[in-house]
Amino acid sequence: MTQIGSAYIERYPEWQNGLPGRNLAWLSELRADAFARFAERGFPTRKTEAWKYTNLAPLAKDVFAPQTAASGKMPATVPAHIPDLGTAHRIVFVNGRAESDGSTHNALPKGVRLMTLGEALKEAPDLIADHLATDNKPEEPAFLDMNTALMTEGAVLTIEPGVELEAPVHLFFLTTDAAARSAMHLRNLIMAGKGSAATVFESYLGTGKAEYWTNVVTEIRVEEKARLHHHKLQSEGEAAYHIAMTLTKIEDHATYDSFAMSLGGSLARNEIRALLDGSGIDCRLNGINLARQRPHLDTTTTIDHAKPGSTCNETYKSVVGDHAETVFQGKIIVRPDAQKTAAHQLNRNLLLSDEAQANTKPELRIHADDVQCSHGATVSELDEQALFYLRSRGLSENAARSLLTEAFVTEMLDDIENISIREALRHAMADWLAGLSGTGGQA
Amino acid sequence: MPNLLEIQNLHVTVEDKEILRGLTLTVPAGEAHAVMGPNGSGKSTLAHVLAGRPGYEVTKGDIRFRGKNLLEMAPEVRAREGVFLGLQYPVEIPGVSNMYFLKAALNALRTHRGEQELDAVEFLKIAREKATLLEIDENLLQRGVNVGFSGGEKKRNEIFQMALLDPTLAVLDETDSGLDIDALKVVANGINALRSPERAILMITHYQRLLEYIVPDKVHVLSDGQIVETGGKELALELEKTGYATFEKKRAPDVAASAPAQSA
Amino acid sequence: MLSTFEKLGIPLKEQEALAGVAVDAVFDSISVATTYKEKLAEVGVIFCPMSEAVANHPELVKKYLGSVVPYSDNFFATLNSAVFSDGSFVYVPEGVRCPMELSTYFRINAAKTGQFERTLIVAEKGSYVSYLEGCTAPMRDENQLHAAVVELVAMDDAEIKYSTVQNWYPGDKDGKGGIYNFVTKRGACRGRNSKISWTQVETGSAITWKYPSCILQGDNSVGEFYSVATTSNHQQADTGTKMIHIGKNTRSTIISKGISAGQSQNTYRGLVKILGGAANARNYTQCDSLLLGDRCGAHTVPYIESRNRTAHVEHEATTSKISEDQLFYCNQRGLSQEDAVSTSARKSSRNCRSSLPLRPRN
Repeated sequence: MTQIGSAYIERYPEWQNGLPGRNLAWLSELRADAFARFAERGFPTRKTEAWKYTNLAPLAKDVFAPQTAASGKMPATVPAHIPDLGTAHRIVFVNGRAESDGSTHNALPKGVRLMTLGEALKEAPDLIADHLATDNKPEEPAFLDMNTALMTEGAVLTIEPGVELEAPVHLFFLTTDAAARSAMHLRNLIMAGKGSAATVFESYLGTGKAEYWTNVVTEIRVEEKARLHHHKLQSEGEAAYHIAMTLTKIEDHATYDSFAMSLGGSLARNEIRALLDGSGIDCRLNGINLARQRPHLDTTTTIDHAKPGSTCNETYKSVVGDHAETVFQGKIIVRPDAQKTAAHQLNRNLLLSDEAQANTKPELRIHADDVQCSHGATVSELDEQALFYLRSRGLSENAARSLLTEAFVTEMLDDIENISIREALRHAMADWLAGLSGTGGQA
Repeated sequence: MPNLLEIQNLHVTVEDKEILRGLTLTVPAGEAHAVMGPNGSGKSTLAHVLAGRPGYEVTKGDIRFRGKNLLEMAPEVRAREGVFLGLQYPVEIPGVSNMYFLKAALNALRTHRGEQELDAVEFLKIAREKATLLEIDENLLQRGVNVGFSGGEKKRNEIFQMALLDPTLAVLDETDSGLDIDALKVVANGINALRSPERAILMITHYQRLLEYIVPDKVHVLSDGQIVETGGKELALELEKTGYATFEKKRAPDVAASAPAQSA
Repeated sequence: MLSTFEKLGIPLKEQEALAGVAVDAVFDSISVATTYKEKLAEVGVIFCPMSEAVANHPELVKKYLGSVVPYSDNFFATLNSAVFSDGSFVYVPEGVRCPMELSTYFRINAAKTGQFERTLIVAEKGSYVSYLEGCTAPMRDENQLHAAVVELVAMDDAEIKYSTVQNWYPGDKDGKGGIYNFVTKRGACRGRNSKISWTQVETGSAITWKYPSCILQGDNSVGEFYSVATTSNHQQADTGTKMIHIGKNTRSTIISKGISAGQSQNTYRGLVKILGGAANARNYTQCDSLLLGDRCGAHTVPYIESRNRTAHVEHEATTSKISEDQLFYCNQRGLSQEDAVSTSARKSSRNCRSSLPLRPRN
């Protein structure tokens, strides 16, 4: 085990006292088991295949204590940063604590519940017991186990069968310098009942320059014929660590559509595991890493086709500038029974500077023969032909570069159905592009 | 008529291979010229060099455009000065809408000329007008540049861009290739509508088919990197009959002796 | 396989040699080898067993052996370095185009043994050599180990073409017996404009782990990897390549075709690494896998690492069964289902086989 793992083990008993749900025996047991598993293995290293390209040493160099102090007050200047999603139902967490002032989820339609994890453990512990830490586990569970052991807050959303929620639900996590040197172990649960429909937007925003650690696990269940659109914006502070894991279980004829944009933090990992536990499923995972200055942004996905006749389509891109580094690992598994699977994946990486680095590892693990599977990956700079074409029409080189870079990204946004979310992401992207050195942004 | 374009003894190397070997050509304002030649003679190289494509190294010679040294200008400056290249294979640019792109291009040109930039409404008005001329569906304007366009649509889009950008010299590289007869007529009509005493058009083509619809003032035969014959429009017909072989013999003996196989 | 060699006119008279390791059939028959040797000597090409090279050309062996694959490289390379018995040595002097295909034929006979041959091919400036390696082993119930090391060195403007037809005993239909084929193969394109091309047809062995690689050091150097791997019954093949781009304008092409049947597992695993100095490097990779039957597996695991903005890396992979359309088309033209499957499989492997100096007969 790594040395740092042992530091967490030493301090675990002391942290336990501050955790919610101590009165629930099943939860205490779950936490203890999870922590024991973590204690046995410690932090993953680069020898762990799933972490081959992400070195956790910067995160592991020190202990981040769970954020338990009640510092969850919305700073006066912050609301302007909240992506404006119009009529969205919003639940807000500041520095890992629920913040009722900014939250606007009182007018939810019948059949929809949106609670904090703390509330849910009090009001509906059985619901949590049924859905927490299901069997849809990632290959390397260290951070899931740590999260289960130490989770303090998060959002719980349930949509009853047949309910179609029109306005998006916004889970907003804000971290300020008040949370410096601490860890937010957040746990979100989203349950979309049979035939229901909803759009969820998760956003993580850091306003300061301090080091902190967001360790978030989002567990999702999309029941038969339900449709869930799930979008995420990761815009943590520049020194932040963001380790996120989304575990989604999808049932017969359901749709799960995920889009994640990562552009913040100094070291960030967005891991998605989609278990296609049914037939006729339409699963779409898309996303983009926007990395400039010095961050390390990692997107890791696993799509596990457990049953026959489902479809997945995956497109991830990275734009890498300055000294940044990005990682894409995309595994598609087709189990022996999952005949008639169609699975297609594309990963494209755009390098903008001489010091930038992109690593990609698409992976097909196919155990059924009647399938159509493919993946493609590219790493390159901007297309020279396209650059010349734009210049030959009178655009300056800088304008042409920035237009092509923007196009590389915006192409991805066009598929997002909800206009307010699409615009919020477009806005975040435009800000990012404007800060890009060397491409001017004068299109 | 003053010469709009003057090319003197142009030598161009691509990836260490000499493709143009002393090409000399002049095009006066108000005229349409055709450059014809077999595959590998250097036609496309000529087109790209005029537009300033990176990777084409001019080792000798001179190109003057309205008396200015064209070779000193970046590709975008050439475009703003009034040189337009219609590409044989227009590039697809997903994520950039045709409209956005053309508005940016036209405004870059207008700024260069000291004219006011157009706002979206003004631009749209002009764009619609030109689109009608080329029978371009307005939906294509909203789509990504050339993305999902058929071969014919791409070529029409090139001429549409030309109409919009209003160049002084239009270099059209194999504009007829891949067009069926109906599309060819539309494209030819579009080009003919743009002929004017101030403008010159240089058509680069393998076949004389295009020249039935856009009658050139002069035809030049390009072989092995040099112009080996210049004549009137009847020259194109002669080429059609006899092929290029007759003309290949006419090239300068020193060039013929040292000519390796090449591609343009 | 044997008929292929017979067609070539190489009588394969097996020798028992070296401490019970079945075959050191390093270009086997003396009479044939002698003729070749003379002919090769005329142009200065050295082609001899490694044992002979150590005795007769110690300076060359010392200079190049272990320079591409250090003994500490991996477990099996270490094992090989410690115990290697023999192998082939090829040296092509400056400017020489080797006048004929060189070929080595390996065979493992003894039971429960290992073979640890070591091959070194050095191509000096402006030279060219094409080399074919073929392997078979008789059927035995026990497993045997083959842990070879192959090193190639290409200097300025030199080209080495290395082809393998690997048909070691794969074990029986229940997965009993067969060769464990753990081979380290690596080529260094040391010189400018040098080229190393690996072509392999992998049909045998119970388990294969093998990643013939190219270190593209010289500017403008070229690496190629063409592979067809077929597995059936309980075979496991895990093969691919590493292309390490160091020099400017280096280019690599990877074409891999995998066909899995029975309960076999067939994996492509490859690395394309572009270092910071490899300006304008280019890589194109294509991996296609066909599955015949619903109990086998096909896996594609490429790793791409790029640190140079001007490099272009492109990877494509597909996995599918033979398309119904293709089958129907073949059926309609009078081919049986089985013939149609073999036609499609053959079509899928054609790219690679056409790079072989001789075509294996199906």
